Amino acid sequence: MAKDLTNSLADLKEDEVIAIVREKLDKNEDPMKILNEAGRGMEIVGKRFSESKYFIPDLVYSGEILKRINELVKPKLSGEGEVKKGGKVIVGTVAGDIHDIGKDIVVFMLDVSGFEVNDLGIDVPVQKFVDAIKETNAPVVGMSGFLTLAFESMKETVDAIKEAGLREKVKVMIGGGQITDEVVKYTGADAFGKDAMAGVTLAKKWIGTK
Amino acid sequence: MEKQWEEMTSDERQEALFEKWISPEGVTYASPEAEKAYKEKATRIKDAVQMKKVPDRVPIFLLPSFYPVYYSGITPQDAMYDYEKNNAAFKKFIVDFAPDAHLGAAVPGPGRFLDIVDYKLYSWPGHGVSPNHSYQANEGEYMMVDEYDDLIEDPSNFFYKTYLPRVFGILEPWQQLPTVTGILEIYGVGFNFIPFGIPPVQESFKKLFEAGAEVLKYAGAMGAFGGEMIATGYPTIVAGFTKAPFDVLGDTLRGTRGLMVDMYRNPDKLLKAMDVLTPIMIKMGVGAALSSGNPFIFIPLHKGADGFLNEEQYMKFYWPTLRKVVMGLVEQGVVPFLAAEGGYNTRLDIVSDLPKGKTLWLCDQLDMARAKKTLGKVACLAGNMSSALLNLGTKQQITDYTKKLIDDCAKGGGYIMSNGAFFDEAQAENIHAMVDFTREYGVYK
Repeated sequence: MAKDLTNSLADLKEDEVIAIVREKLDKNEDPMKILNEAGRGMEIVGKRFSESKYFIPDLVYSGEILKRINELVKPKLSGEGEVKKGGKVIVGTVAGDIHDIGKDIVVFMLDVSGFEVNDLGIDVPVQKFVDAIKETNAPVVGMSGFLTLAFESMKETVDAIKEAGLREKVKVMIGGGQITDEVVKYTGADAFGKDAMAGVTLAKKWIGTK
Repeated sequence: MEKQWEEMTSDERQEALFEKWISPEGVTYASPEAEKAYKEKATRIKDAVQMKKVPDRVPIFLLPSFYPVYYSGITPQDAMYDYEKNNAAFKKFIVDFAPDAHLGAAVPGPGRFLDIVDYKLYSWPGHGVSPNHSYQANEGEYMMVDEYDDLIEDPSNFFYKTYLPRVFGILEPWQQLPTVTGILEIYGVGFNFIPFGIPPVQESFKKLFEAGAEVLKYAGAMGAFGGEMIATGYPTIVAGFTKAPFDVLGDTLRGTRGLMVDMYRNPDKLLKAMDVLTPIMIKMGVGAALSSGNPFIFIPLHKGADGFLNEEQYMKFYWPTLRKVVMGLVEQGVVPFLAAEGGYNTRLDIVSDLPKGKTLWLCDQLDMARAKKTLGKVACLAGNMSSALLNLGTKQQITDYTKKLIDDCAKGGGYIMSNGAFFDEAQAENIHAMVDFTREYGVYK
């Protein structure tokens, strides 16, 4: 019987995935190899999402399955863990807004796509975004906001980035329920993504995969 | 002789509720003009909703969230803690912009009451959110995945003893309350009441009395507001609300993530739980409509939006019990006012399976021209001026889009001009532009 972790994960067959991972660990297979196979499964998930074959619940469920895989595999890792090749991205929900579900999905999809994501959380003060850029030199910033008050917070954050002399060093993407091109213009961001995969596409375009 | 409610058809019941709404009893109108304006506005909306004839012109809804608060120059915290300031702000909004109906003044809510009960489900101004911002939901799992059986077997007991104690800090001791279905006989009857003798339970009831006293004040203020607006000539557009059973579970019980994973790991329990909730949600809506003499029951649609479920999941988990709730309301003459929040473009054909002239839909990110040709054949559509345009658009952009909406949707009636999503912020002149243009261009000749 074929034991294909990548495709079982891509097909969201949770029980099969866990059985395969357990069997591989029992056989002392290389834990990194297992995680890489899982990673390829997640790539397929992401691809199916951009093709509108998979939707948000599929992303959320794949995240739950991946969490279980990580719980089983990570204790067996020798120490270094995976090196993130995709580049650094800072993500946060802007000041005044505590909504996080959309942001968490974007963070998750960027992470499984190989980016090193710095998740600043929710209700992130303007200065915290600026400080994070200074500390990490991340070339991409993602701002999430669900309420209309977020338009103002996004604009203030971009203005603060400008004032700190950092605007040329970063690309800014925004997203959330009521975000449109008008909001991108108003806030001074570079683009908006209508869903998590659009965010990954933008990050890849701006950083490029190495 | 007047027919009894039980003998009436659903058409007759709807007509009876509309009549009560258009001609409410015991109202002293501010002036003959106010009475005329009230009846004209209500009739205009009735004609649009029933889709039997065109109204005199396209009706106008303005459905804000906290906008009236900012428009008056007060903060959300002011509105939640000072009911007079709150009411003044909402009245000013309605009178200044003069829509054909309003949502009432109850969106901000009673802050002091939330303080007393130690509400966990939301953060509000002064309590985890700045005084200048609206309240926001604290997403989480308030019902655990292994509690489906409890909910299914005895929903009220689950709410009293498990769910509400999680959501209201002062109700935490209610976990110790008796299971009332065991109070059956003189034998041991007293033992059931032991919890009421324990100090923590007694404390919780003392707090509850305080909460009740506060909310009576609030209820008085809201009742006065509704009455005053009728007397001034403005109909209220909602008597109360209910929800799709899937959203009941996804919004504030299992949470978004929990519910989505339940579809894969526990589909049978999820379906059973929604079956149990269906008659409860129908009763909730019907009760509110009948007791207030207003046919409109609001149903916010959340987790079935475009992208949140694939079509198979929507047909299996979301639509059947929602449709049952809608039809249960329609049967009793109630008009479900469904707000399809987010995108609903992939759902239009599915939700068109409804009787004509019985439902009203608020449209958010919808292709309105396409909506008119599908759902719009059976249901009255309201919408969909965007929050982005209301905030950031030019007057020209607003009037252009208002014209497009009327051109695409108003023909033959069954259309109401409205914003698409509940807005906190907007440019006042943009709202005026949308209203003024509709009054002129939206007249049926």
